[in-house]
Amino acid sequence: MSEKLVARRLNAYFGSNHALHDIDVTISANQVTAIIGPSGCGKSTLVRCFNRMHEVVPGARVEGEVLLDGDDIYGSAIDPVDVRRRIGMVFQRPTPFPTMSVADNVAAGLTLNGVALKRAERNRIVEQSLRQAALWDEVKDRLNRPGISLSGGQQQRLCVARALAVKPEVLLMDEPCSALDPISTARIEELLLELKENYTIVIVTHNMQQAARCSDFTAFMYTGNLIEFGETRQIFTNPARRETEDYITGRFG
Amino acid sequence: MVGLTVLATVLALVPLFLVLSYLLSKGASSVNWNFFTKMPTPVGQPGGGMANAIIGTFELVAVAIVMGVPVGIGAGIYVAENPARWLARAVRFAANIMMGIPSIVIGIFVYAVLVQPAGSFSTLAGAAALAIIMIPLVTRTTEEMILLVPAELREAALALGVPRWRTTLSVVARAAASGIATGIILAIARVAGETAPLLFTAFGNRFWSTALTQPIASLTVQVYTYAISPFADWQRQAWAGALVLTAIVLALEVGVRWITRGSARVAR
Repeated sequence: MSEKLVARRLNAYFGSNHALHDIDVTISANQVTAIIGPSGCGKSTLVRCFNRMHEVVPGARVEGEVLLDGDDIYGSAIDPVDVRRRIGMVFQRPTPFPTMSVADNVAAGLTLNGVALKRAERNRIVEQSLRQAALWDEVKDRLNRPGISLSGGQQQRLCVARALAVKPEVLLMDEPCSALDPISTARIEELLLELKENYTIVIVTHNMQQAARCSDFTAFMYTGNLIEFGETRQIFTNPARRETEDYITGRFG
Repeated sequence: MVGLTVLATVLALVPLFLVLSYLLSKGASSVNWNFFTKMPTPVGQPGGGMANAIIGTFELVAVAIVMGVPVGIGAGIYVAENPARWLARAVRFAANIMMGIPSIVIGIFVYAVLVQPAGSFSTLAGAAALAIIMIPLVTRTTEEMILLVPAELREAALALGVPRWRTTLSVVARAAASGIATGIILAIARVAGETAPLLFTAFGNRFWSTALTQPIASLTVQVYTYAISPFADWQRQAWAGALVLTAIVLALEVGVRWITRGSARVAR
């Protein structure tokens, strides 16, 4: 199993607030890695460091390295915009662009970056991305309707399609199902199994059962520290650390 | 208690209805086709209309829009997108102060800066005065509308690898577009009814003139001139002018709020 994303001595700050402490973690290629932990433990902060979205917050900064295929994405010559094209993200709340149609939303990552697309090529990319997000059958007759006219679960899959359209190598998902009903959640979880053949997935979730169902590796975090990392099966049946065991058995949350 | 608040509401609405009904009763009879199409007649002669003043108001407002709206929108976007910078805070502060400057003071300022050096009153000076009044209004409403766009939308665009400037223009500003347009229309309604700044800048013109460097008539100044005149015919026309002006402003204000009803994007 090859290493796709490696964090080394990663520290993150919000102003003077030290949010992540010396994180060392390896994300393997074409696997689903789940990050679990109680609220405020730094799960979202960690994934936002992976695509350089953390520094978008005023006063926020990062120390340490994050290697994508061996190259540090925080290197001085690296443009964060390029990093975000290789590492995509889906957020907790579905955020289709309100002034665009379904098809325009999917192609937005390309058109907003000035990529000139012929009509046929654009339609091909839109269809391929929607199929990958398991949304094509439901919206193929409604491609020109506004993106916000879809249901919550469909909007979230639209955001997945939009993220996939730029052909990233890694897909970060920050609690993608927490705003969705159980049926939509199940659809997205099925999606993860299909997507990992072509992408590396990191999913933040506060739902432990979801992590146990969907992921190959799990990282448990607590108050900004990475407490334990390992294969999901091992974490949930035989955790090495007491804090991990306390969390997964519900002694705190 | 409820009775008192109802009474207060009725009292607040009474002036509005009084003004409208008085305008209608005094002015409606003089609003006719001549009013819209004829030029003012020589002093003392009955008849004629305010065609040049109506066109003048439209032209002044149009030039003011060209001068003031891009500046206002640009400033509003800058202030909303960079809340931490000292320049943004200074601009917001300045815009708030400018909104409180009496319009006659703005008129005198433009007189000193544009009219005196040029040696003549002009449409440009009048439009400049109106633009100065419009800019803080447009800046404020643009800023508010941009701030209403959820941060998640910005983040979604940034996470796609869209650069910051493109996110601001193509995603955030587009999402706020209808709110910004509302703000612009309300600013137009406000300056269409301004008289004092035009007295020192556009001055007024009894002839047909649309030149940018010549004085130009406007509905508001014409109403003022006719109202204080001793001629009954002119006074009747002043009532008609006041009625037409009020109708234009009401149509803009009510129209904009009716069109954007039901959505949360109406500027206050």
